[in-house]
Amino acid sequence: MSTVDILFYLLSAFAIVSATMVLISKNSIHSVLWLILVFFAISGHYILLNAQFLAIVNIIVYAGAIMVLFLFVIMLMNIKKDAEPQKQLLVKLTGVIAGGSLLTLLIAVVKQTIQIQGKQVLLKEGSIGLIHPLGKALFSDYVIPFEISSVLFLSAMVGAVIIGKK
Amino acid sequence: MSIQYYIILCLTLFSIGVVGVLTRRNAIIVFMCIELMLNAVNLLLVAFSKMYHGAALQSAANTTVGIDAQIFVFFIMVVAAAEVSVGLAIIVMMYRNTHSVDINFLNRLKN
Repeated sequence: MSTVDILFYLLSAFAIVSATMVLISKNSIHSVLWLILVFFAISGHYILLNAQFLAIVNIIVYAGAIMVLFLFVIMLMNIKKDAEPQKQLLVKLTGVIAGGSLLTLLIAVVKQTIQIQGKQVLLKEGSIGLIHPLGKALFSDYVIPFEISSVLFLSAMVGAVIIGKK
Repeated sequence: MSIQYYIILCLTLFSIGVVGVLTRRNAIIVFMCIELMLNAVNLLLVAFSKMYHGAALQSAANTTVGIDAQIFVFFIMVVAAAEVSVGLAIIVMMYRNTHSVDINFLNRLKN
């Protein structure tokens, strides 16, 4: 078992445990903090896959900006802990069973698919995740979607302000 | 590392997100679970991109096969940031009107 394998298993276990803690935390702020840990684990996976640009963007955009937005909203609302609504136990159990069935079914499908049997993921090598090739592709082939996304941001900003104002 | 491990990891994260959406009633937690599902898909896209890149590297030395998936992930992050700002604004508006973030309030959207 090489170092990369050990890192993969460690990061995976870390991500799954943190994601489970997002669900079972009673306090919303704790959920946000656990979700930030999930994002850090996923960034670690990106680094393991040598997608360095995405790892940094994931930390800056998700763990930095989006999660701070969530924290702001939760602290703004000042929700009392005991007032948080809970679903009935039967509904919760049904949800867990449904999600578990989905997972089991999909894993069974993945195990039997012949197209991906024996395919290997290139870890810690390959240069497509670095800034230089990504920037070249982004500003040559994908420059129009890139510019359109700035319009999307502008419209999202205007929408958020209008919704929040009234 | 085999691609199947990555697929199973991403499926597990996605299913945890699905379970969260189905079992919680706090709108913010439901929203966070949707973010979790988005991130699982992002990780899977990057893993597949590296899978195809590794296969293409054996025939050509400086190929950029698989770079599209990483750009898709970048755009998904862009769209997610825009979506979160609007979604949180809607949740704040809902909280102002009802003084709770109970998602069951939304089952009668009229009035």
